[in-house]
Amino acid sequence: MIISVASGKGGTGKTTVATSLALAIGNSAQLMDCDVEAPNAHLFLKPVLEPEESVFMPVPVVDEDKCTMCGLCAEICQFNAIITIADTVMTFPELCHGCGGCQAVCPAGAIGEGKRTIGIIEQGRCNDLEFVHGRLRIGEAMAPPLIRQIRSRIKPEKTAIIDAPPGTSCPVIAAVQNTDFVVLVTEPTPFGLNDLQLAVETIKILEIPCGVIINRSDIGDDRVADYAAAENLPVLMEIPYERGIAEAYSRGEPLVESFPQWRQRFATLYEKICQLATGREQ
Amino acid sequence: MKIAVSATGNTLDSDLDARFGRAACFILVDPDNLSFEVVENTQNLNAAQGAGIQAAKTVADQGVDAVLTGNCGPKAYAVLEQAKIPVITGLSGSVKEAVEQYKKGGLSAAAGPNVNGHWM
Repeated sequence: MIISVASGKGGTGKTTVATSLALAIGNSAQLMDCDVEAPNAHLFLKPVLEPEESVFMPVPVVDEDKCTMCGLCAEICQFNAIITIADTVMTFPELCHGCGGCQAVCPAGAIGEGKRTIGIIEQGRCNDLEFVHGRLRIGEAMAPPLIRQIRSRIKPEKTAIIDAPPGTSCPVIAAVQNTDFVVLVTEPTPFGLNDLQLAVETIKILEIPCGVIINRSDIGDDRVADYAAAENLPVLMEIPYERGIAEAYSRGEPLVESFPQWRQRFATLYEKICQLATGREQ
Repeated sequence: MKIAVSATGNTLDSDLDARFGRAACFILVDPDNLSFEVVENTQNLNAAQGAGIQAAKTVADQGVDAVLTGNCGPKAYAVLEQAKIPVITGLSGSVKEAVEQYKKGGLSAAAGPNVNGHWM
């Protein structure tokens, strides 16, 4: 089973929820931090990491001797990453999405495959918990291929918890699509509500069952709860706005480790998610 | 001779568009008699990325001898350089004024892009 933890708004508590959920599940869990632009789950889990591995994207390499300047490669490229100009072919690897279209349409067989580094993956362990995260190269725009690489390390026999990036754009889709359940973390503020609505609309299109966790639940107003009720979205957990929780967070301590009563709550949360995702208890 | 001016509208009195890649259109002017034609740039205006690259290809395919604009980024510059088309940056005012300045001489081609790209 794969559970993704996402949110429309950043800073609502995805990592707090993802790390505590993974720790509550224990040795059958894998934590996949897919927030590759700002991974931070390792700050809480403090895993022992193996040496980092580079992740590459395929990019076109043109053999000018074979090229007939027909321009089909430039025509098919929707990203302006390859053009024919003044008797030569220019490529812009940083714009390439690695689809291989140029290579497929080249009638002269002039396009081969090179690679460029988009980021790194590190994996390791936090006691019994398996941990994987990725870090996008600074300035790199292509998060989804790196996220897919992280996800390729999910083991089917494990329960994978994906800590997704915030928002509703391509990296979020790459992190949550084809997961079994999405936990949407929000807060009872106007921004929290607005961005929750965007996230819910996104998840509806992906047709994944989802539920809501309201963090800092005793601030703001009831509009998030009212919205969830109107949308028939289960509120799976409420985490209050407490100084002690904030202090533990600032020290890099997972919620379930600083406050043992939360371990049972996250174990119950996991049971609820299993029921909602599969319609039966596990 | 034909020079391309990035423009916000389709006449010689239109303002020069400071943006090259995402200019509304290009006015291709013969500086000797001020006859001109307009090339739309709508497609690049809305491109997710690579607008400068395509804009440079658009004007290069028109066989222009120079480009007059406000700002030119690294990718557009690289394409224009490959096509051996000098680009003059830092211009403003109307298309006509830019062309007249060019005719008077004294404008020198940019030695490189004068602004950063939108991607690193």
